[in-house]
Amino acid sequence: MYMFKYVMKRLGLMIMTFSVIMFMCFVLIKLLPITVTVQMGQDANVIIHQLEGRGYIQNAVMDPATQTWSYDRVPIMTQLGIYLKKIFVNGDFGIGVNIPSYRGRPVLGVFLEKIPPTVLINVYATLIGVPIGLGLGILAALKKNKWQDQLINIIIILLISMPSIVMGLIIQYFLCFRAGWFPTTMNSGYEYFTWSMFRSMMPPVLSLCLGSVAGYARFTRAELSEVLTNEFMLLARTKGLTRGQATLRHAMRNSMVVIFPSILSEFIGVLSGSLIIESMFSVPGVGRLYLDSINSLDYDFFMMLSGFYCLVALLGGIVIDISYGFIDPRIRMGAK
Amino acid sequence: MEKTNMYDGIPLEKFEFAQTEDLTHDKKPETQPVGYLKDAMRRFAKNKGAIVAAVIIVLMLLFAIIVPFCTQYTVAYFDTYYAYTQPKCKLFENTSFWDGCREMETNQKTFTYYYAMGQETGHNAVKNQEYTMTEDGVYRYRLDTYQMNGVVYKNLSLEEYQALQEYQIETGIQVIYPMVAKRDRPTAADYEQDGNIYYETEEKAGKTQIKYDSEGNIIPVYSSYPASIMENGVGLDQYNSIRVEGSDGFQKDGETCYYNYALVTPSGVQVRVNYYEYYTYYHSRVAMDGIGNPSFLFGTTGSGKDILTCLSSGARFSFIFAIVVAVCNLIVGAIYGSIAGYYGGRIDLVMERITDILSAIPTMVVITLLKLHMGGSSQALVLFIAFFLTGWIGMGHRTRMQFYRFKNQEYVLSARTLGASDRRLMFKHIFPNAIGTLVTAFALVIPSMIYSETSFSYLGIINLATGNITSVGTLIAAGQASLATAPFVAMFPSVFLALLMLSFNLFGNGLRDAFNPSLRGSEG
Repeated sequence: MYMFKYVMKRLGLMIMTFSVIMFMCFVLIKLLPITVTVQMGQDANVIIHQLEGRGYIQNAVMDPATQTWSYDRVPIMTQLGIYLKKIFVNGDFGIGVNIPSYRGRPVLGVFLEKIPPTVLINVYATLIGVPIGLGLGILAALKKNKWQDQLINIIIILLISMPSIVMGLIIQYFLCFRAGWFPTTMNSGYEYFTWSMFRSMMPPVLSLCLGSVAGYARFTRAELSEVLTNEFMLLARTKGLTRGQATLRHAMRNSMVVIFPSILSEFIGVLSGSLIIESMFSVPGVGRLYLDSINSLDYDFFMMLSGFYCLVALLGGIVIDISYGFIDPRIRMGAK
Repeated sequence: MEKTNMYDGIPLEKFEFAQTEDLTHDKKPETQPVGYLKDAMRRFAKNKGAIVAAVIIVLMLLFAIIVPFCTQYTVAYFDTYYAYTQPKCKLFENTSFWDGCREMETNQKTFTYYYAMGQETGHNAVKNQEYTMTEDGVYRYRLDTYQMNGVVYKNLSLEEYQALQEYQIETGIQVIYPMVAKRDRPTAADYEQDGNIYYETEEKAGKTQIKYDSEGNIIPVYSSYPASIMENGVGLDQYNSIRVEGSDGFQKDGETCYYNYALVTPSGVQVRVNYYEYYTYYHSRVAMDGIGNPSFLFGTTGSGKDILTCLSSGARFSFIFAIVVAVCNLIVGAIYGSIAGYYGGRIDLVMERITDILSAIPTMVVITLLKLHMGGSSQALVLFIAFFLTGWIGMGHRTRMQFYRFKNQEYVLSARTLGASDRRLMFKHIFPNAIGTLVTAFALVIPSMIYSETSFSYLGIINLATGNITSVGTLIAAGQASLATAPFVAMFPSVFLALLMLSFNLFGNGLRDAFNPSLRGSEG
């Protein structure tokens, strides 16, 4: 029960923080002038009336002489009310205004369309990265202070210090251009589970997972080498377990208490942290959408995606704390 | 009392020790006391990796400080003729590495195009005019990117033309080459304005092809005029400077002819100049901006900017920016953390909630909102505020932790008992304990600032590349566009960034270990 209480308390605090941030965001966005960029063959009329219909502006009038629109702005608190009502009643986060390819489309729909590539890339990166990272970490811990350990340490420090921009460029240059193993950019389209799509996803996946491999390996090494010196390990060997059995069943399980939450948070973290990789390999994911919304000043998209990133960051923080309690019953989170 | 008074008058010399053999005094320690900082320094010096990293950091700092003053170029400089010029170092000129040349594998037409440049001007676009030819007609050669512009058409005013001729006479360097008449130039749009085609061409199947004579050589078609016209001398070029060999009059149709070196246009003249020599002339005589021969140690970008200059200026900006932000963060964080940690209780609770909220806002959102609201002001300022807004929280947190650890220790309590004021307790007694972690944090914050700045300018959210400022991230973004054809554009800034992160990581780890007194003596 205390666990439930603790989770609720953390979630409550998170929602509070989230609301404050989003409120500030909303007010700051609504203070900005509304920009409507109309391209050839598009009607400013429709867009202005859309904005009016969404309750952002009122009394929109076009001056026939100059062909410019004038309008009054609805008070921000009223706008907030309308915005929240639309979200909670209709699940409506707004309509695209300025991003040319998503003009007039519901924000939520576009967002859901963009989620799969981002999530898939992260899932693949985790699936590839975790076994390699854990394996390297275990090897380093078992061979502590031998040459294998030294080598793995050097690899770890190199990978950890490598900025993801540089990592992406190296992969793009050597694997895509020089070796020609993968296409330079990710395929567009919605067929996510074909071979060619998988192949085109590999460069961003590799760039993402190499960095986290180093993180996992370092963490595993530190944890495992501490657990391995414990006396219950000696007991396990005395009972007649082989070294492998003892390491896997006793040491690994104990060090997982610390490692698993870090994997979780890493996974949540990269969900939002792959903007650079997404833009480098033209992944048609959330990151690209976010950059587009910033560049073309599409506020509804910007508002929703900021919320998404903010939520992801907050969740990443509390998942670690909460999962400690679930994995290891000895840890009573929030207990006095 | 009486008894002691009895021995009142005994002089000091009369006293002597009963035992003189193993007499012991408290000795003053002979070794120097080891202070906190000195101890840390000693431990740091034992960490070889950290020392190497520190040396690399110093070298990079020197690179950022000195190089912008040493290069002949500025950040604003660009020359589109020298776009994607390969890196060249004078020392390696005669090797096939770092010599400003690009490995080429082309068909005969492209090869002849470059080969003919060297034949005409002696500025070999094909390095040393050396090439190999395979059986299926593929030519292999090293293309000198400094000479591959060859000869270009330039429109000059008459005065400029005269000055250029005087320069030729003075130095003996030929810049101007004979003109090709408009009717002899190829008609295809992309070749019409190409000064390198001084030979006969023909249209074959919609493509411009080079015409060869019976021996497989090109046939020059310089524009010339008979001497008889020159005597009338109307509207013709009175060229009196260096001439190409054989142009001091040659016989054609029984008449002495001269090559035409300029085409008179309404605004002046059009001439064919060798761009390499013209560049040297222009920068040393006309622009006088201290630029001599074109030489780009790290090559140039797609817009013809010198990478060395841009990289070092970008690095300088990054370093200054990161250090300024880090210092501001350090000051604010230290004060905030001290107050929160020292007073604790409700003050701490409120202050912690504020930092909780601030730290939960993604930096991306902060930067975007700031940029949108401060559209007119400089982007560096936007970046500064954005990093400052959330950057100090880490420092504040560390300071607060140290305050919680030390504020109830006995020595603090005794100082309080002696009447020390809150401020004295905070800054004289407790704060010095936080210096170690703060210095480490400071060293680790600098690379993360540089990296964030690079990322944001790479993503194009922040555009620092205006005027005389540029950013490493902008350079990398420019380089990524040409990764397949000119990988060096992205390579140099990437290497810089990677090296920076690596050495700061090692350096920071070394500092962290050095400032951790629990590790004292653990290395033996």
